[in-house]
Amino acid sequence: MATTLTPILTKFWDDPQSWTLATYERNEGYQALTKAFGMKPEDLVQLTKDSGLRGRGGAGFPTGMKWGFLPKPDGGPRYLVVNADESEPGTCKDIPLMMAAPHFLIEGVAITSFAIGCNHAFIYLRGEVVHVYRRLLRAVEEAYAAGYLGKNIRGTGFDLDVTVHAGAGAYICGEETALLDSLEGRRGQPRLKPPFPAVAGLYARPTVVNNVESIASVPPILLHGADWFSGMGTEKSTGFGIFSLSGHVKRPGQYEAPLGITLRELLDMAGGMRDPNKKLKFWTPGGSSTPIFTDEHLDVPLDFESVAAAGSMLGTRALQVFDETTCVVRAVDRWTEFYKHESCGKCTPCREGTWWLAQITHRLEHGQGTEEDLEKLLDICDNILGRAFCALGDGATSPITSSIQYFRQEYLDHLAGPDRSGGCPFDRRESTLFAQEKASA
Amino acid sequence: MTGLPVHEFNGFQTASGHLTVDAESKEPYAEDVLAQLKADAAQVIARYPQPRSALLPLLHLVQSVDGYVTGRGIDLCAELLDLTRAEVSGVATFYTQYKRHPNGEYTVGVCTNTLCAIMGGDQIWDEVSEHLGIGHDETTPDGKVTLERIECNAACDYAPVVVANWEFFDNQTPESTKQLVDDLRAGKDVAPTRGASRVCTFRQVSRVLAGFTDGLADEGVGAGPASLVGLQVAHENGWTAPGEASTRHTANAPKPAKKADDAKPAKKADDAKPAKKKGK
Repeated sequence: MATTLTPILTKFWDDPQSWTLATYERNEGYQALTKAFGMKPEDLVQLTKDSGLRGRGGAGFPTGMKWGFLPKPDGGPRYLVVNADESEPGTCKDIPLMMAAPHFLIEGVAITSFAIGCNHAFIYLRGEVVHVYRRLLRAVEEAYAAGYLGKNIRGTGFDLDVTVHAGAGAYICGEETALLDSLEGRRGQPRLKPPFPAVAGLYARPTVVNNVESIASVPPILLHGADWFSGMGTEKSTGFGIFSLSGHVKRPGQYEAPLGITLRELLDMAGGMRDPNKKLKFWTPGGSSTPIFTDEHLDVPLDFESVAAAGSMLGTRALQVFDETTCVVRAVDRWTEFYKHESCGKCTPCREGTWWLAQITHRLEHGQGTEEDLEKLLDICDNILGRAFCALGDGATSPITSSIQYFRQEYLDHLAGPDRSGGCPFDRRESTLFAQEKASA
Repeated sequence: MTGLPVHEFNGFQTASGHLTVDAESKEPYAEDVLAQLKADAAQVIARYPQPRSALLPLLHLVQSVDGYVTGRGIDLCAELLDLTRAEVSGVATFYTQYKRHPNGEYTVGVCTNTLCAIMGGDQIWDEVSEHLGIGHDETTPDGKVTLERIECNAACDYAPVVVANWEFFDNQTPESTKQLVDDLRAGKDVAPTRGASRVCTFRQVSRVLAGFTDGLADEGVGAGPASLVGLQVAHENGWTAPGEASTRHTANAPKPAKKADDAKPAKKADDAKPAKKKGK
């Protein structure tokens, strides 16, 4: 039996008022919170550990273990900060989740806060999605009015305030320590670790930073049990996740499925490639920072271990699919430009390295490079990878090294030679959405 | 060798254009404006355990009054949070949503990150930029539209994507985006694909980003078509999560009687049960 979809967080997104408290309560909303208040906080942490839930923001660190790293309470504040700064290219799951069903997140925040002993939680949302911010503010307002947030919640004596904070445009703030600096009112620049946020996070206090989808998965796990969750997925990558298909597929969108599903299965559900006569060329398993895959990897189970064994990373399950009309050099050049733009400038290898990478990919794409440039690119990548405070620079090297590995000849095809002047051999119009519409009209 | 393609053209903005502010932007606020700003700022600051955390929302608040981050706005933030002006400026210049020169009434951002660019964002950018006669971070002479190349805005399943004052316009074409900017310049109400019923002005949206609600949260769709495709495939095939009834609890359906046992996972074999893949 092939893998099937498991609508859990996406289950009622088609309700005409999906975002309201009333809709959420009709769909088991806040029942998990009631259950949580009947449990000991340490049992909630243990249950999350038992479920095997791993962070859904890209790195895949076990969520319950992260909670367990907080030092023993010392009477001072402890914080939960939700990373809602979704901006990894290709990643588009948290934004629709918060727009359609923000109460999953709010209930998850309340349960997690109770579990870790936090009385003031923050949701750091990127600033470029104003309607999602409205929906979150409204959901928090509703939750306060219904007594799910605030003082002495449900008569338990537990207090929780939730602040929804809008960023102001900076990819780097998705990195957890840069996010904390930004939330403290500073430039969003990563901190050297250790100390990790569990020990010294927001205002140097013990802090848990979790992705939106991780926290939103907590209520269903608590309600249905750790075994229910770990009954889905694979042994080490348990549970479900939202897979985001984009690009040259017939029906791009959000597909909620057990981890371990393959792109072949997802493509089948998505109606295949947009034009069946144009082959899949390359794709990202988890956003632009994860090394690209090709049609050789269609059957790689999309779980943390299998994707890593095949040479990439599961990341955020951001499956950007490109067909044979796409120039891989152009794609990589644009991603490189992105990393250059978003490098925060703190660490020299990343700040300078991404700048040089972009110079070189740019001249290659425009037919002004040389074969030596490929070695130069790889050499610069080697000098960035693992040499900065955070993983932004590492991410910048992924598309370059993987594309040279799989498509070296295509780089060479851009070079000027005795019989050609050099430049991109692809027709950009063929890759566009509207080209396809015209063709099928 | 030819010049750069049009889409690489980023306009005539110079680095100093971001680092210096007009002298007139340092003119003091009118008394009533200042009083309102301070009252609003006090609310923002009260949300946080430490005042400095209010800086990002306060800069949004300054933009909601001045239309960009003015010199006087910097001074005010510094005064309210007990920071130096340099500290505030350092933050204001780090984030792309903060404008250091007067911004248009509508910021129109064309996503030209890889996926959107390839799906047509580059062509949209080229045509809209030519149509308006402006480049990146430049504003039409009527002060209506500021054009921007933006990075991934987390809507890749709707590529190519354009945003107007941070509301989504999905599956755009060069024609639809040119129509969008024409309508905005003509003062027509414009409705985003997913968002409020109309695009608010840059100043109005900046006030929301400072954390002040505008009552529009219940407008617009919960989810657009692409957000729902997986759910539809599941419905068509009768697929559900383990232990879930295939009927959904919609607004009109009676609430089913709830027993504690209902919440237990169904462990029985089931054709529609997601395949467990052990031992990978």
